[in-house]
This record gives sequence, C-alpha cells and structure tokens, in this order.
Amino acid sequence: MATVFLPYALRKYADGAERVEIAANTLGELVDNLEAAYPGTGDHLIEEGRLKPGLAAIVGHMATRRGLLQKLEPDTEVHFITAISGGSGISSK
Amino acid sequence: MVATYETKTDYKVIGNSPIRHDALDKVTGRAIYGGDVKVPGLIWGDVIRSPHAHARIKSIDTSAAEAIEGVFAVLTHDDFPQADDKTIDTGEGTVNLRRGQSNVMADKKVHYKGHVVAAVAAVDRNTAEIAAQSIKVEYEVLPSISDVDAAMADGAGVILEGLVGDHLGEKVENTNVARVFRHEFGNVDDAFANSDVVIERTVEMSMVHQGYIEPHNATAIWAQDDNLTVWSSTQGTFGVRSQVAGLLHMAESKVKVNYVEIGGGFGGKTVVYLAPIAALLSRKAGGRPVKLIMDRSSVFEATGPAPGGKIRMKIGVNKDGKIQAADTDLMLEAGGFPGSAVGAAAICVFACYNLPVSRITGYDVLVNKPKSAAYRAPGSPQASFAIETVIDEICDELGFDKIQFRLDNAAHEGTRRGDGVQFIRVGLEECLVAAKESDHWNSPLGDAPAGKARGRGIASAYWMNGGGKSTCDLMLQDDGTVMLNEGSADIGGTRTSIAMQAAEVLGIPVEDFHPSIPDTDSIGFTGVTGGSRTTYTTGLAAYNAAQKLVVELKIRLADLWETSADKIDFNEGMFTANGDSIGIQELAGKLDPTGGPATSTSSVNLAEAGNAYGVQICDLEIDLATGKTDVIRYTAVQDVGKAVHPQYAEGQIQGGVVQGLGWALNEEYFITDEGAMANRSFLDYRMPTSLDMPMIDTIMVEVPNPLHPYGVRGIGEVPICPPLSAATQAVKEAVGKPFYSLPVKPGRILEALNCD
Repeated sequence: MATVFLPYALRKYADGAERVEIAANTLGELVDNLEAAYPGTGDHLIEEGRLKPGLAAIVGHMATRRGLLQKLEPDTEVHFITAISGGSGISSK
Repeated sequence: MVATYETKTDYKVIGNSPIRHDALDKVTGRAIYGGDVKVPGLIWGDVIRSPHAHARIKSIDTSAAEAIEGVFAVLTHDDFPQADDKTIDTGEGTVNLRRGQSNVMADKKVHYKGHVVAAVAAVDRNTAEIAAQSIKVEYEVLPSISDVDAAMADGAGVILEGLVGDHLGEKVENTNVARVFRHEFGNVDDAFANSDVVIERTVEMSMVHQGYIEPHNATAIWAQDDNLTVWSSTQGTFGVRSQVAGLLHMAESKVKVNYVEIGGGFGGKTVVYLAPIAALLSRKAGGRPVKLIMDRSSVFEATGPAPGGKIRMKIGVNKDGKIQAADTDLMLEAGGFPGSAVGAAAICVFACYNLPVSRITGYDVLVNKPKSAAYRAPGSPQASFAIETVIDEICDELGFDKIQFRLDNAAHEGTRRGDGVQFIRVGLEECLVAAKESDHWNSPLGDAPAGKARGRGIASAYWMNGGGKSTCDLMLQDDGTVMLNEGSADIGGTRTSIAMQAAEVLGIPVEDFHPSIPDTDSIGFTGVTGGSRTTYTTGLAAYNAAQKLVVELKIRLADLWETSADKIDFNEGMFTANGDSIGIQELAGKLDPTGGPATSTSSVNLAEAGNAYGVQICDLEIDLATGKTDVIRYTAVQDVGKAVHPQYAEGQIQGGVVQGLGWALNEEYFITDEGAMANRSFLDYRMPTSLDMPMIDTIMVEVPNPLHPYGVRGIGEVPICPPLSAATQAVKEAVGKPFYSLPVKPGRILEALNCD
C-alpha cells in the first residue's frame, strides 16, 4: 500500500484526512484508485491523461520524471506538490 | 528507481581550479554575445511600450510608421497566431502560452508600464526607433494596483480579465489572486495554544531586479521554408526553442536556436521577450534577419524581476528551545500575469527546521508591475527573510544562542519539509557547526568609531536545487584530446566544471578537452542553466558519457590486443591486460583499424539534485548621522556537496551574497503613485559594487550528495537567501530596533533612530 499525502485542496474529498492508503503498482494506477476511493480527486491531478502542469509528484523522497508510468515500491509514500512557480496553470474563461 | 552512489574520495581533477576554457575569448573580447550577432542583410527592430501601468488599448494606428521609408514591417498583437491555452515549463517556472504571448505583446490591455504594444522593423536602428515612436496608441487609463494589499482588497479592479482563480481548489472569478494553496500537517492551532511563547510578525519586501549587465537581445531569420533561426541571450537555448515555438504556434523542429555567450541572467533569462517579436518581424519583412536589443530602462520596467510582497509569519516555541508550530501566509507579487515564485517559497520557508506541526498558505497575486520571473533561488530569499526575522526575535526574547537554537531545531535526514516531503542526507547541521566554530562567530564585533554603531546578524536558508534533462557528447580525437559538446549555457564556467567530470573518469587532463555548446539542432535536449542544476545534471551526463567511452575503448582495444574486453582494466587513464598497458591518449591515435573515431553520448533526466543549505554571518556598521550601512565582515558557510572547481564554487557563493546584501540594504522598485518605476537606471537602482563590499569569506562544507558519484550538489542559488535576514538582524542589533520592511535603507534606519 502506498501512503498518499493529500494536497490540502483534495482533503475535502477524504473527510479532511492528511494521508490515505492506496493500493497501486504505478502512479497512474494510484491516481485511478484514489479517484475511485475519493471521487473528485482525479480532476485536480490529471489533465489530458498526464499530471497537471504545475504539479509535481514525489515518490518516496524524489520527484519522479516518469509521470504516471512511475512504478511504486510497496509501502512507499507519494506526494503531489506545487511546482515551483505560482499560478500560471489556471485556464482563463 | 533512483541511482545512489558511494562517493569517490580520491580525485585527480575534481577539486582543482583550472583556468576556464572560455577565459581567453572572454578577456580578449572575442567571445560572441547576442548583441554581436551580425548576418548578411540584417535590419533592426524596435518596440513601442505602454506609458501607463494599467490601461485598456482603445486603438493602435500604425499608418504613420508604415509610411516611413525604410520600414519593412509593423507588428501588433493581431499578427500573432492564437497560442494554445497550455502551460509549459521554463526551467525555473512555467508559462501559460496564451498569457505569455500577451506578455510579449499586449492584447487589448496593458498590465504594466513598459508593456510592449507594437513593433517595427526597419533598415537601421534610428529608422526603427523613429517609426516605433510614430505609432499612435489610444488608451483608456485604469487605476494601477501596485501591491498585494491593493490587489487583494475588496472591490479591487481586476487586472487580468477572464482569470479564474484557484483558491484552495475552488474556482473564483473577478479576482487578482490567481492561486491560493496550502500545505498543512498536524493541528496547528492546538500546537500554538500549547506553546510557551508565540511570536507573529508580518514582513514586506520590494520587487528587485537581477541586474545582469547584458540587456536582452534577439536576432531571428524566418526563412522561406518557414524554418526559424534565432540567436538570443539566454540561460537555455532549448527553453527559447520551446517558448518561441509555443508562442508562435509552430513545431519545435522548425525552430533552431544558436548559442551565444550570456552576460548574466540569474534566472531572468529563462523567459523570452524579444525573440518572438524578431521572428514575426522577420516573417513580415520577407525573411530579412531582424535584431532587437533592449535598453536598460526597458530591462527594469518590462522583464522579470523577483516578486515583492508580504509574508505573515507565526512561530510557537517552548522554553526548552523547541519549536512547536509554525504558520505562514506567503503573498507574492506575480506581476501583470499569474506565476510568482510563491510555490518555491512555500517549499523553502520551513525547510531549515524540523517542525512537528506547520501550515503554509501561498497566494499568487497579480499587480500592475512586470511579470515576475526567477531570480536566484526564486521565492526562497523572501521566505528566509520572514522566518529568520522571527527566529531571531525568539532567540532574543528567550535568551537562546542563535546557532544552538538552530541546531536544536535543525532539519536533517528524515525531516519533513513544510510540504511533507522527507529529506535524504542534507548538511544543515554541519553548516551550523562550522558557523559556530568559525573565527568570525568567535571574534568580537569590535567597538564602533564615534558616531557609528555596529551589529551582527546570522541567518540560514535552503534551496532544493534542480535536476531535469541534460545531454553531453564526447568525441575522442586522434591526438588524444576530447571534443565535448553539451547543451547547457555556460554561466560561471560550467564548460569547465562539466569537462572536469569527464576528465576525472577518463584520466585525461581537462586542458585537453574542447568543450562547445552547439545549437539546438546539434545536441540532445538540455534544460536551462538554472535551478543550480548544471554542474550536477549536465556534469552527470558527462560522467556517464565518459563511462560509456571507456566501455567502447575496451572493445576496440580488445580487438587490437586480441583479448576480450572484460579482461581489460582501466584506471586513471591507463588500460592494462595480460601485462600490456597503454594510455588512453596514446590509444586514441590507434583506433582506425578498430572502426574509426570513438564517440559516446549520454542524456539524463534527473529527479533531484540534492538539497542546499547555507548559514551566513554579517557584521555591519551604521553611520548614525546618515543611516548609511557598511558591511565590515561577512562569512558564508555552505554545504556544497563536493566542490568540483572550488574557485567557481567560492565565486558563486560570494556573488550570491553580494546580490542578497543589495536586496537587504538598498535595492527596490520605487513605484510612483501612477505605477511607474522611478529608478529605472543603474544610477538610481543602487546595486552594491565591489567597492561597497568587504571580502566575503567562505567556508565550504562538503556533505556528499548520495545522488551523484562525486557528491556534487547545486551551489549557485542558496547563497543569495540568508543575507536578507542576516543583514537586517545586524542592523537591528546596531540600532536596537527591529526592521520588517526591505530594503533596510538609510531613510528607514534614520526614521527608526529618530522615532525615540
């Protein structure tokens, strides 16, 4: 099971939990299973089948460069954090 | 899977300071910068900029410019193809292409004074300037918004119409706050309630500029086959390629960017301003090459400075010296379009401390100032100023030793950053111990002369460093020398620091390497020289390429020696097997029968570069009559992992310190009521020079980075962070008053002195 540290904005989908346990072999599977367990989370993480621009995934201690293909070790932890810039990723109307 | 290494400790090349490969070209003026680019048929471009900080464009009349003899093209935003509403990575930030296009040339509204409104290309520079000035623009002037308070106030005018803000996951319209995000772990309010002492302060800082000597420039040729060639002063040719292609809605493969030397960038040259304009002018001018060069005032007014803003900081501590909780609101100025460094500020703000409970809320706030960009550890200097100001007050109030308190609460391997991520091996504690044992910390401040006062400050800071993509090619020549191609713009001597890492593997003197930086058609993708990534990431590509070359040479030698490659040993430049031996440079001349030239290439895409920490001590003296500050002694301690080229490493630290001291004591965007920058020249924008500074002493701590075979960590950014607080706390000690606004300029010091 991976421990997912939920971004603050996603905690409302999980009754305010800071972290949740999700079974998955890859990051993509984890995002799917997270959405299945806590509907609404996926829209915050995925855009056009990839991690949203401006979002970085940390697996274990390291940012992954493999995106959703990143394999997950058992008992690893996963973070979704803001990339280093501010708010340029928001779509205009 | 992330590769980790047992760090090598016996070096032949690493740890020396050879003369840089580009030294002769640079000191003789032979090096080619963007402004030097000359191509046949070159014509000149110029732009007209908004005189208003915030205005609606009612009309643009270009007829007078078009009628001038010698004008080949006139350009407005209408000439741009529609860019995708898509965000791309610029290396130390991101850019939304549609908004990036509006930043390059205004569309319907101007968002800051100096915003480009139209451009021309003409036969010579004077004609271009005259033509640009003849363009008539009618504006509806709007109230300008110059700071985060005004931007976030109820009823504030909206700068970017159509922006839908993301506020903690909720969509918000009619706002100047592009994004609100939070990192929160544990029950912060309970932890404050259980703390013995809680101190809360709000600090403010002004927008500041990187102040690179070379202004932005670009030359472009739009060929008849719709291939585009660009020369531009940049920290990354591939970043220019991605941005230009995205902004002009064309395939990246149609854009070739040539490398030219760079006269300073510090993060500010990761964003394009002129290259898309030069490209479209060239297309409209029938493929004539077009060149534009910015003047200094435009560099200040219309390129990307570091954000100013406001930070609220609250820390709870117990009398035993342990921090119980921390809470901060980071409100940073994005400028005229979204995208400040507030995300990075949030990562860095609590990274020096092992906090059980914390909350970080970041606000990305639009104001009518130039769109901010990266500046050396973007976001971290502001964050460091805020937390270190409060830490200093805690130490003063509770009587804690300022280094011991930091040691008692220091982040270490296993500590979670404020965003929840756990550290691997880091060297903050080693830096604090080195500072504690330093001659500086153990020497008295000394008595101030009559009419002056002295103070000492100390501060620490963090930068995460970057990894990313890099490529390096090696070509062994018949004479035993090595041609090395790499994709990183050379800033601070990186040609040499990269070559040294290949030289260490191959046992070939680094002087026998010929490093080059080819155009984007001729080397694999390489990210910007930024994020303190280059010596680590491109260096690792060079290391890997050298290892591959050794493998290839063993195969070739096995052919010559009629043995198998796995029976050949290689050590310090010598191949040996079965009693035979040959040096690598001698072997280079014997390769023809084995298949000709031996080459290798390596590309990497690294997740992290290892974290960087710095601790700095500042002594300064204040003239009590004028408020003038003089830094009289300064020591910078930094974990450098392994200093590949110690002279460069020291130079990076010293340069960062000087820029940080300018930020602390002098530099600011002085904004008028109309939203204009009043001090848009180097005469009035006061940056420290060598005459203002004492020798910056450096103590390089080497805690090897487990992610690199030589233990290399990024160096260039973290040293700019601690000076903001170290200098401010020194002023506080000297005059006995705290300061919460930067810069701590003479006027503010006199105000504090005179308020008794």
